[in-house]
Amino acid sequence: MSDTPPPPTGNHGQLRSDCRLRFSPLHRLQWEDAQQKYVILYPEGMVELNPSAAEILKLCDGRSLDALVAALEAQFNASELKNDVTEFLEVALANGWIRQHDD
Amino acid sequence: MTKPRWLLAELTYRCPLQCPYCSNPLDYVAHSNELTTDEWKRVFSEARAMGAVQLGLSGGEPLIRPDLPELVQHARNLGYYSNLISSGYGLDEPKIVALKSAGLDHIQISIQSPEKTLNDFLAGTESFEHKKAVAHLIKRHGYPMVLCVVIHRQNIHQMREILDMAVELGADYLELANCQYYGWALLNRDQLLPTQAQFIEAEAIAQEYKTRMAGKMKIYYVVPDYYEDRPKACMNGWGTTFLTIAPDGQALPCHEARVLPGLNCPNVRDYSIQTIWEDSPAFNRFRGDAWMPEPCQSCPEKHKDFGGCRCQAYLMTGDMYATDPVCGLSADRAKIDAAIAAANKDHTAATSRPLVFRHSRNSKIFVEKSQSPH
Ligand code: SF4
Ligand code: SF4
Repeated sequence: MSDTPPPPTGNHGQLRSDCRLRFSPLHRLQWEDAQQKYVILYPEGMVELNPSAAEILKLCDGRSLDALVAALEAQFNASELKNDVTEFLEVALANGWIRQHDD
Repeated sequence: MTKPRWLLAELTYRCPLQCPYCSNPLDYVAHSNELTTDEWKRVFSEARAMGAVQLGLSGGEPLIRPDLPELVQHARNLGYYSNLISSGYGLDEPKIVALKSAGLDHIQISIQSPEKTLNDFLAGTESFEHKKAVAHLIKRHGYPMVLCVVIHRQNIHQMREILDMAVELGADYLELANCQYYGWALLNRDQLLPTQAQFIEAEAIAQEYKTRMAGKMKIYYVVPDYYEDRPKACMNGWGTTFLTIAPDGQALPCHEARVLPGLNCPNVRDYSIQTIWEDSPAFNRFRGDAWMPEPCQSCPEKHKDFGGCRCQAYLMTGDMYATDPVCGLSADRAKIDAAIAAANKDHTAATSRPLVFRHSRNSKIFVEKSQSPH
């Protein structure tokens, strides 16, 4: 299987603060008019998201956990979001919706 | 009334393979008047406007349709997540690339067995090495790769090898689909239904890999309902979620619904998707629970399994309203037990009937049978 690219680091397991977070290329995040919701689409399945989960996932564009929390806090004019965000991102990681990259 | 979320487009009944467990209708050759490209596009657009978001492109073998990339492109423009459900036979790198650039989201291929001889025997065609090569290509081009293996008595003893093959091919998802007994599979049930002991052993192996591969490969295990005490929640409820369009444009609440007599499924050539979904007698026939007889009507579980599968009820009891005979509370459960006993009784090569393969010569025999008076 030398022709397949190596798997990204930490596709599952612990969320690390020194990694870049990216939304998984094997899933699609999309706004659904019919449901008035963001959804995650993957082979033969769909997860409906609440608005805050969707905002977090939209920011998984290669930035680090701290940068993501800072952006969210600025966007919603809030503070102390880190615990909630971390908790959700761990779920997202375990479900394969996001990936952690070392580079 | 809920809206359709899933559109299953059976683009064609044509297929180069001949799987003896195929769920296509026995008389599929009689339904060869396929929808045109424009008709399919209209179906996709109308269903999407109602809220459908998952699109299954299946068949038969959908790759046989030369307009597949055009249909995929249309689906992508509409915002569908499109799933190509293929045997893998006939896929090559140029097609994989063309479909990717048209916007296809994922490809599912099916392998009959991890062992070449059995795979090629069940498929009725030499296809094993080609399918494995295709699996690698699917990965290389960045698609999520879903491997589907239909499980039955001819291959259930290979469960460990099946799982090892999926690992080796780098499948992101593995669907271990215990055979469901409709269409050609029902015809071949005596040769396909495993014993309970075989199921228990196979399930334990699948469970072991599920734990081991967590986070790397998702394993879906479709349970064999004959050995359950409760029926499956068929189609998540009739006319709630799924819309199947057959190659000839028949709109079906479930892809087996053609077998139900007098259901008169509407055709997309005659009606809009919205009219079909909301107003057709066929889609309303088993909506909700008013149609349910006892024991379902007064059963606390009726909103969990919806009384089970209408097609299985009809095929096993002759009454499409009956409680799914898989249910332990059904008066017809003995029919399932008898089928299990018959399949387990005697299947030595000398006495058992050979498998009936799914191909047009055999299908024509069923067309003739259904047309001649009994
Ligand atoms: S089950 Fe086999 S024969 Fe039937 S459509 Fe699929 S690949 Fe073709
Ligand atoms: S009696 Fe009907 S509703 Fe109750 S469990 Fe059986 S099939 Fe389901």
